[in-house]
Amino acid sequence: MDNEKNMNKVLDEVTSGEYKYGFFTDIETETAPKGLTEDTIRFISAKKNEPEWMLEYRLKAYKHWLKLEEPKWAHVKYPKINFEEIIFYAAPKKKKQLDSLDEVDPELLDTFNKLGISLDEQKMLAGVAVDAVIDSVSVKTTFQETLSKHGIIFCSISDAVQNHPDLVKKYLGSVVPHTDNYFAALNAAVFSDGSFCYIPKGVRCPIELSTYFRINAANTGQFERTLLIADDDSYVSYLEGCTAPQRDENQLHAAVVEIVALENAEVKYSTVQNWYPGNKEGKGGIYNFVTKRGACRGNSSKISWTQVETGSAVTWKYPSCLLLGDNSIGEFYSVAVTNNYQQADTGTKMIHIGKNTKSTIISKGISAGFSNNSYRGLVRVSKKAENSRNFSQCDSLLLGDKCGAHTFPYIKTANNSSIVEHEATTSKISEDQLFYCQQRGIDMEKAIGLIVNGYAKEVLNKLPMEFAVEAQKLLAITLEGSVG
Amino acid sequence: MLLNIKDLHVSIDGKEILRGLNLGVNEGEIHAIMGPNGTGKSTLAAAITGRDGYEITKGTIEYKGKIINDMEPDERANLGIFLSFQYPVEIPGVSMTNFIRTAVNSQREYRGEEPLTASAFLKKLDEKKKLVEIHSKLTNRSVNEGFSGGEKKKNEIFQMAMLEPNLAILDETDSGLDIDALKVVAKGVNALSSPENGFVIITHYQRLLDYIIPDFVHVIYDGRIVKSGGKGLALELEERGYDWIKEQFDN
Repeated sequence: MDNEKNMNKVLDEVTSGEYKYGFFTDIETETAPKGLTEDTIRFISAKKNEPEWMLEYRLKAYKHWLKLEEPKWAHVKYPKINFEEIIFYAAPKKKKQLDSLDEVDPELLDTFNKLGISLDEQKMLAGVAVDAVIDSVSVKTTFQETLSKHGIIFCSISDAVQNHPDLVKKYLGSVVPHTDNYFAALNAAVFSDGSFCYIPKGVRCPIELSTYFRINAANTGQFERTLLIADDDSYVSYLEGCTAPQRDENQLHAAVVEIVALENAEVKYSTVQNWYPGNKEGKGGIYNFVTKRGACRGNSSKISWTQVETGSAVTWKYPSCLLLGDNSIGEFYSVAVTNNYQQADTGTKMIHIGKNTKSTIISKGISAGFSNNSYRGLVRVSKKAENSRNFSQCDSLLLGDKCGAHTFPYIKTANNSSIVEHEATTSKISEDQLFYCQQRGIDMEKAIGLIVNGYAKEVLNKLPMEFAVEAQKLLAITLEGSVG
Repeated sequence: MLLNIKDLHVSIDGKEILRGLNLGVNEGEIHAIMGPNGTGKSTLAAAITGRDGYEITKGTIEYKGKIINDMEPDERANLGIFLSFQYPVEIPGVSMTNFIRTAVNSQREYRGEEPLTASAFLKKLDEKKKLVEIHSKLTNRSVNEGFSGGEKKKNEIFQMAMLEPNLAILDETDSGLDIDALKVVAKGVNALSSPENGFVIITHYQRLLDYIIPDFVHVIYDGRIVKSGGKGLALELEERGYDWIKEQFDN
């Protein structure tokens, strides 16, 4: 029909925007030789002045990785990765420091403004020297003081290896073992840096922990490792990433995030990912192969994942929960947007092992352009997990007629007392909705932003307030085309 | 003249619905469009507001002296044309407040005005909510989601009150309303009524016209206006039905 053609034309225009800001040149300091051998790993470990046990862990992972094949089951296509061409260690990478915001690409600043990012934060993100900014420094100091008063450890994982070896030894690889999968093994062998966080017994972390505030957190590299431990009766809300466009020239990212929640502990983990998605023709862009998993080890513990994924060329990511403790709860709230030639295969695994365990999955996929967006989820209820419950809802929204939405739910239940529910819908933005908005004076682009945000609201509401506002703008911008 | 429609022919999927319709609405006038079902009343509303799929094959729609045949729907809205929908659509997850604020500020932007401040907006919101007697709860809910039939129609009039258009088209806003809701609709229209603004009220029954006094009443039949008159025509139609018009016209 004519009007459908017209609508598709407009959707094409609206959704075919490019990631418009340029990249900055990094000044590299010391780098390892290209390719991956045992020597590379020894080099990385030596650079980081690591203890022997850490090097052994890395080597063990490397040897295992050599035996593995790159996984092929995801609904994504990309050229084979040539590991011989990758530089596995290039640290500390210093971004070219600029003297003031005047030197920053105006397009980038425009995006920051659209997202409502504060001036100081803009400077930090754009690579302007922030040392002179008293506010920013004092915020960090106050921040660290508050945390240490509560006995909370929040530092880089390299620091943790040096200063808290017992905790690292006890928990590293305990949720995602080095044998888990191809990319997890790779990460265990070569991880560059990342975050470490320990919340002691009975402590409610008084602030949202964000990597932004972690001193020396600016460059974590392409193989990021995060380890988060919530001891008995503790609570923490952790924010990863940032809604601002991320400048990054590493093509391959293989991160691992491990969360441990002990008795009655609660962890909220929120991510906003906005990496370079490649250009309009699908060239370039980041491959984001992430293993994220949380173990609810204690009874009545809870882990909640919330993610807003708008960036990367290829995404392969399944934040999961192992519900080991009785009455433990796992949650997964996700919005994944793909535009142009982006591909995302994302979802979750909820593994019910303890009794009376509960899990909730809300996944909202939005596909535009020529992109492909897949939800892949596993709900497994073991024999012992009596009276467990799962509710899954997977919705897909299509913008235009050249994109794809796919749902791959796997459900395995081994007992009769548990209830597993799965709902799935696929919809297109209706012409009636668009006309209704337009009739009120709202143009097509804004109308699409409005409708998409409404569609994703259930998930956006789970984000911490400030993050949520930024994420809403990000969704609209992503589809408007002003920034990828 | 605010709205001047000349020899309008409109087709949907190649089927001609309007066949040479003429209608002129001056500033300050209220026109009622009546007629049996399926004669083109809603098509007229869709054509004026620029809905996709309604193809103008002949004739012109002139608004404030400008031919708007090919204008985008949002631009028409920004120029002050408002449609109260017969079937308002639901937009899940978008709160009514957020929606109407986006609309108000889009129209202001079009006119080169600053967006309303939060306090000015809320003040206006409260004022108009009182006018159309809608509850606060309604504006916190998603657009039209779970609204009753009456609430949906009141919500249309509420939006009209917020946007203050020059030309408001009410497409069967009265159908399915009880007397109380009908009075609210009338109150909204009468509040907006001024020497600058015009109304086209599409209705099937004359009872709305007990509360909104039209200057002109037109009867559409077979894609054309076949009879025009004053308020008395509506009463006559109420009494005699449409058959005599059909007979007159068919012969």
